[in-house]
Amino acid sequence: MTMGFSANLLFDLQQMFQYQFMQHAFEAGTLVAFVAGIVGYFVVLRRSSFAAHALSHIGFAGAAGAVLVGVSPVFGLLLFTSVGGMGMTVLGPRASHRDVQIGTVLAFMLGLGVLFISLYTGYATEAYSILFGEILGISSIDVLITAIAALVILCAVAFVFRPLLFASLDEDVAEAKGLHMHMLGIVFMLLVALATSIAVQVVGVLLIFSLMVTPAAIAQRLAKRPWHAVVLSVIISLAATWLGLFVAFYEPYPVSFFITTIVFVLYLLVRFFHPRIKSMKPAEAGQMVTA
Amino acid sequence: MKTTSSIAVTTSVQPEIVRAENLVAGYPGKIVWRGASFSFDPGELVAIIGPNGAGKTTLFRLLLGLQQPISGAIKIFNEPPKRGNPRIGYVPQRHVIDSETNVECLELVHLAYCGHQWGFHLSAKAGRKAALVALEAVGAAEFAPQSLSALSGGELQRIFLAEALVSDPDILLLDEPLSSLDIRRAKELVRLINGVVRSRNVTALLVAHDINPLLPYLDKVVYIANGKVATGKPKDVLTSERLTELYDVQVEVIRDSRGNVAIIGIEDHHGDE
Repeated sequence: MTMGFSANLLFDLQQMFQYQFMQHAFEAGTLVAFVAGIVGYFVVLRRSSFAAHALSHIGFAGAAGAVLVGVSPVFGLLLFTSVGGMGMTVLGPRASHRDVQIGTVLAFMLGLGVLFISLYTGYATEAYSILFGEILGISSIDVLITAIAALVILCAVAFVFRPLLFASLDEDVAEAKGLHMHMLGIVFMLLVALATSIAVQVVGVLLIFSLMVTPAAIAQRLAKRPWHAVVLSVIISLAATWLGLFVAFYEPYPVSFFITTIVFVLYLLVRFFHPRIKSMKPAEAGQMVTA
Repeated sequence: MKTTSSIAVTTSVQPEIVRAENLVAGYPGKIVWRGASFSFDPGELVAIIGPNGAGKTTLFRLLLGLQQPISGAIKIFNEPPKRGNPRIGYVPQRHVIDSETNVECLELVHLAYCGHQWGFHLSAKAGRKAALVALEAVGAAEFAPQSLSALSGGELQRIFLAEALVSDPDILLLDEPLSSLDIRRAKELVRLINGVVRSRNVTALLVAHDINPLLPYLDKVVYIANGKVATGKPKDVLTSERLTELYDVQVEVIRDSRGNVAIIGIEDHHGDE
């Protein structure tokens, strides 16, 4: 960007939002950060970050295929991640035994994506933006699709929140209480698939962790109540996305770099400074506060 | 919950919590054990013992409605078992909680109260109160705001017991709650479970590897090994004659001066059916 950053934040924001691509970026970025923060909490709680990672790679093949046939990548992402998520649940019904199955599907899908990219005779920037995100190039149709997907995710999460939480924390008791683990597993994977599909626009296939896992991992270290952790996770991913977009408006570097860096620094801070407080006995912590 | 269940118990003349007749359990193509007949009454503490892989957890899966009997009949509260029965409190052997699970104890117990309900409820007051009452009942109220990851094995078992008690059940199914505890902690937990059983008149079935910490409190014992099931009072079941006759191999039940029991001769024969 050519214009400079001034000390007047309001003026800066006004200037920024004169551009439609920045409006779109903020709209889509906000929606994505919101759902990624929520779905991410369950990804971390269920130790399914590898599955989320794999789903984004499966989405790569879908996005590349969509580009090849000339439609918006998000349609390919939605189709491939949904089918892939269901497939992974069917292949291994219990979450803990899925590494090999997921890895097998992941590798094949990446290979397929490479084929599609090589068949596509257009610009190589398409592949680049799928892999690393290109939120500044988002269209108003993409924003609309993102909004619909986000709404679907929010409604679904509100409906399954407690059963999914219960099943994630204490599978056997939840099953004995009448919940169907297989059905909840599929619902969870579809949520991740949907969230991944729209998050790819912001951070790309390869950097999906920065929005789907890291903010939730930070939140889970800080908050013991699931509800608090979800809110915190959303705040972190929102802050990272907004700050990333803001900085990228003035600096000639990719948005996804700034987002990943912000959440990584936060993670390091929490990882190394928070545990000392947590591991103390409550009595000691109390003395710390009163001292 | 409390009122309906207590009415159901008091209105029948001879209430039976569990009754099994000539029960055969297993999976298609594989029978785990056969010919089991037993009944448990309200307020009984029952130990289920036997070698690994003998089918102790299978009995729980039958009672929870997660598995169907191959033949014979099993009834719980005079009905065939069905999934999601709130009158059953269950503590499984397997838990996904580890050092990374930074979730407060009260939340887990709270989920056992309302975690099976769909939809969004803004007020969780009643559930959190019930969860706190359950934690108090097992002397773990102080752990309510603490993280599950911060607790020791014995403390966690108390939280799991509270989780099972929160729906105010009439029967508790406890799968190896003592397995990861040293003998002192095991005895503490058994005393706690016994206190819950007596004060609430709840029936408790407890799968255990070692019967000795339980012996002072037991009403009945279920001994599962070699595809067969022996049940009755501990002093009747745990005798050399009874077990030798049932299993067709020489079994010796040895008692030491403090009343501890050791069963010899059956452990190395398990799993061949």
